[in-house]
Amino acid sequence: MTTLQSSEPADLLENAEMGASLWRDAWQRLRKNKMAVGGGITLLLFIVVALLTPWLAPYSYEAQNLDLGASPPSAAHWLGTDVFGRDVLTQVMYGGRVSLAVGFIATAVALLIGVTWGAIAGYVGGRVDAVMMRIVDILYALPFMIFIVLLMVVFGRNVLLLFLAIGAVEWLTMARIMRSQVQSLRQQEFVEAAISLGLSPAAIIRRHVIPNALGPIIVYTTLTIPSVMLLEAFLSFLGLGIQPPQTSWGLLISYGAETMEEYPWLLIFPGLALTTTLFSLNFLGDGLRDALDVRGSKD
Amino acid sequence: MLRFIISRLLQAIPVIFIVITATFFLVRAAPGGPFDAEKVVLPEVKRALEAQYKLDLPLHEQYFAYLSDLAQGELGPSFKYPGRSVNEILFSGLPVTAELGFYALLIALIIGVTAGVLASLKPNTRQDYLPMSLAMIGFCMPSFLLGPLLVLVFGIYLEWLPISGWGSIPGDKILPSITLGAAYAAYVARLSRAGMLEILSQDYIRTARAKGLPEWQVVGKHALRGGLIPVIAFLGPAFAGLLAGSFVVETIFQIPGLGRFYVQAAFNRDYTMILGTTVFLSSLIVLFNLISDVAAAWLNPRLRSQLSGGGQ
Amino acid sequence: MSLLNVENLEVSFVTRNGTSKAVKGVSFTVEPKQITAIIGESGSGKSVSCYALLGLIPSPPGRIDGGVASFEGQNLLTLSEAELRKIRGSDIAMIFQDPMTCLNPYLTIGEQLIEPLLVHRNLSRADAKTRAIELLNEVGIRSPDSTFDSFPHEFSGGMRQRVMIAMALINEPKLLIADEPTTALDVTIQAQILRLIADLQKHRDIGVLFISHDLAVVSDIADQIVVMEQGEVVESGAPDAIFNHAQHPYTQKLLAAIPSGERDSEEAKDDALINVKNLRTWFHGSGKTEPVKAVDDVSFDIHRGEILGLVGESGSGKSTLGRSIMRLAPVTGGQITFDGIQLTGLEGRDLKDFRSRMQMIFQDPFASLNPRMTVYDTLAEPLLLHNVCQRAELDQHIAKLMDDVGLARNFIRKYPHEFSGGQRQRIAIGRALATRPEFIVADEPVSALDVTIQAQILDLLMALGREHNLTMLFVSHDMAVIRHIADRVLVMYHGKIVEAGPVKQVFNNPAEPYTQSLLSSIPGVAMM
Repeated sequence: MTTLQSSEPADLLENAEMGASLWRDAWQRLRKNKMAVGGGITLLLFIVVALLTPWLAPYSYEAQNLDLGASPPSAAHWLGTDVFGRDVLTQVMYGGRVSLAVGFIATAVALLIGVTWGAIAGYVGGRVDAVMMRIVDILYALPFMIFIVLLMVVFGRNVLLLFLAIGAVEWLTMARIMRSQVQSLRQQEFVEAAISLGLSPAAIIRRHVIPNALGPIIVYTTLTIPSVMLLEAFLSFLGLGIQPPQTSWGLLISYGAETMEEYPWLLIFPGLALTTTLFSLNFLGDGLRDALDVRGSKD
Repeated sequence: MLRFIISRLLQAIPVIFIVITATFFLVRAAPGGPFDAEKVVLPEVKRALEAQYKLDLPLHEQYFAYLSDLAQGELGPSFKYPGRSVNEILFSGLPVTAELGFYALLIALIIGVTAGVLASLKPNTRQDYLPMSLAMIGFCMPSFLLGPLLVLVFGIYLEWLPISGWGSIPGDKILPSITLGAAYAAYVARLSRAGMLEILSQDYIRTARAKGLPEWQVVGKHALRGGLIPVIAFLGPAFAGLLAGSFVVETIFQIPGLGRFYVQAAFNRDYTMILGTTVFLSSLIVLFNLISDVAAAWLNPRLRSQLSGGGQ
Repeated sequence: MSLLNVENLEVSFVTRNGTSKAVKGVSFTVEPKQITAIIGESGSGKSVSCYALLGLIPSPPGRIDGGVASFEGQNLLTLSEAELRKIRGSDIAMIFQDPMTCLNPYLTIGEQLIEPLLVHRNLSRADAKTRAIELLNEVGIRSPDSTFDSFPHEFSGGMRQRVMIAMALINEPKLLIADEPTTALDVTIQAQILRLIADLQKHRDIGVLFISHDLAVVSDIADQIVVMEQGEVVESGAPDAIFNHAQHPYTQKLLAAIPSGERDSEEAKDDALINVKNLRTWFHGSGKTEPVKAVDDVSFDIHRGEILGLVGESGSGKSTLGRSIMRLAPVTGGQITFDGIQLTGLEGRDLKDFRSRMQMIFQDPFASLNPRMTVYDTLAEPLLLHNVCQRAELDQHIAKLMDDVGLARNFIRKYPHEFSGGQRQRIAIGRALATRPEFIVADEPVSALDVTIQAQILDLLMALGREHNLTMLFVSHDMAVIRHIADRVLVMYHGKIVEAGPVKQVFNNPAEPYTQSLLSSIPGVAMM
């Protein structure tokens, strides 16, 4: 029998050198990526402004100034006013609240459904997997754009439905990604080792599978949000999404497009806001992907 | 290979079926009928109209009647435009949308593949960052933003290009095609860059170089073949996206295509028009997905022999 | 006058984390019509040195800092890309390690074969094809015409390597660089390819630069051996000098690490811990295709305290057999009895309790550890799961495990990626020992390790086996390792056991033809 070393076992953890976890490595790599950091900061800024809009907006949402009418940017109205004399900056801020909210909430819905679905299919495998993924395949083949347009026309003015409809489209890809992650992890030897130790499936999923599957999920979630926001803007543009009196960037852009010849700022500023947000999200997502070393760079 | 195609076709049938059924019942479930928006109609006239259009039958009977019409290729009369059938309207708009889509796709492929491949040859250099940043812009600027902006700059300020119509003034096809194709060019650029990077890191590229092949052959003959498969596989979903994008582009540029008809039909609750267009477009999308799946599989010799029955 | 004369070659790699020197002033020669072998473990710089000759190192981040490589009156290191291209595939040709990934899957074999001819000589396609078919014949491919039009995925590793060789020789090069050409192949195929290379070399009078990590492999064919460590040449000379009068300590270490000799095992006791009877593990594909009979009607005993070797090539089913016993692969027929208890019948709770008595060590030291768990967590998991000790005593037990496997205690909070392959395998062994099992399945535990590390781990396993009175099933494709460590051996082929018996007997007097061919394929006859 080997004798114990003289140092007290109680000091085992204290005396040990700290390890560098993969998350920490990834964070370091991310920090070095200037574009991603820029995107992240910009995004944070937009989110903070969106949350604090009721207190930050220079004018009230409904305040009209019919005498003024549409006017270009000035000291009083940094981004100009629309045909009703409403301050564009205020409109853009309130529109941002809605657009960002839709983006995050719908993505959260898609995430929840997709990740659960994919994880079960990937882990259980066999017939359950075959059936679950066949359903995904069929749904995937449905021309969703057409359906959403229909749904919106039919059930219209319901923001909740908008969330659900958009989420319903996006969860499919999430499910596929999660499933392929879980499947490949399941075949990894450390999962086999966990099985041979006698761990329960729940413990294996919790401790071994999910932490290692998080990477692609995080990346994909970050890249789904812009997709969702585009979808909402698209629908709103067609008149099928957010309805007045609420506003969103998509809606603002569609109004701006109508009068762009005379009042180009009505198109440019909401457009800029949307494009900047999408840029930030995409750069952040790409940066996350590179940092987490997920397969398939920039595709 | 044939078995693969047939099995995919068979899989497509339930999809189309679901589309038809779901659309049918969805549309019927909407509040408001096709004639409600019109000027006030006398009850008897309304009843006569409904009888003519079979709207007075119970729902499931309407359904089966529709299915049998469908089987004969009859998409029914339009509610909105009396005297014209859905088939007629569809086929008048189809060539326009098809041409728009074709040009957009061409732009997307040519620009996208060139940019992506060039970027992949010198990753993390200017040759990479420049095209990919431009691609990012195409990504982040939706067509309904890009379109009006292009119109503003090229149509109104610079007055270089016409801003509406299709085929009536020379050059009026340019802006719409670019608007529609831009986002896809961006996506194709990313796909081809990623695909090429993946292939270029493979061992067999090193073998090709070790044989003394000139670099253009290494890239053109050895790398492109595998690197572009993701792009081919993307064509199916791209088609569906282009169709959806045409809704917006045709609206902005006043183009008399399918997309615009579809949106209008949706607003007008023109049942048969909505149904007919949905069925038609969906079938097209399913068909295109099938073609691109088969093409992508066929291009991979390993999959090709597996699917031809009995690969090693 | 040497065919190739390399002097003071220096190569560095410049990355975000700094500059590292991979090759620090290396010199060696290849004489005309001779084979020079470069031997080294991972990190020795052997591959980098040879890739540098043909300018095949990716130029950022690689950088040739200095040195001269004279070939036919030219310094290869100073040639332009265009000039190098003329030499690649015509005067100097190269074959690589993994034949599965070195051929373009999207082009036919013929298409790839004729490329060097079309590029370097102005042959017509028809002439090129004729020449290609001649060469396919020469490398031993039986139906060259149909092979010409087929795709790489239709062939096995050995066949593909033959095609690679044909492709390299098609332009009659003067020098052939072979980078570990047999490492990825099964032992019997390895022997064939080695023979092929040696024959072709003699027949065509070419010089060969043969890179390998395996002294045994090159001992049969090399005229000159160059030993590299950490970017430097530590010793070079004729095989006889190296094997019998090695000067440098590293060379001696390499030689000592080659597993040799047999164990002095006592007579087999009749005490069977594990009994396997008519075991079948078949994998059913989709539809009516024939099932894959990975383990096909196998019966044997494992005696208490013995190390039973299980040897076979890829596809023999040996890994599946090990996994079946561990209940990691679904058994489709037969029985496994462990200490009198039916293992095949156990499920759920009962199985879990049982698992503490048998554990497994896997081949890939990186993949077998959860990358997001520290060593502490990895070792604590089994201890806590099976209540081996109270929480208060956890640290004590973990510390002891670390000592047992020879790992410094202060690494306890580190993550797997911060360790070397050998260290990770020690962690994996520690995890396997945590529950004080009676039986361990070791599935190719040293195959992914460098030769010197391999020796350490094998010694560790044997020591631990004795100390804890373990019964072990040691699975490997490496005959020398099995002979070194096992008491008895089972030889497996296509899911069946073709021969079984004490190591001394099977290795010295193999009864079955397959066993005989396996044994005759073991490289290193010249050294014995």
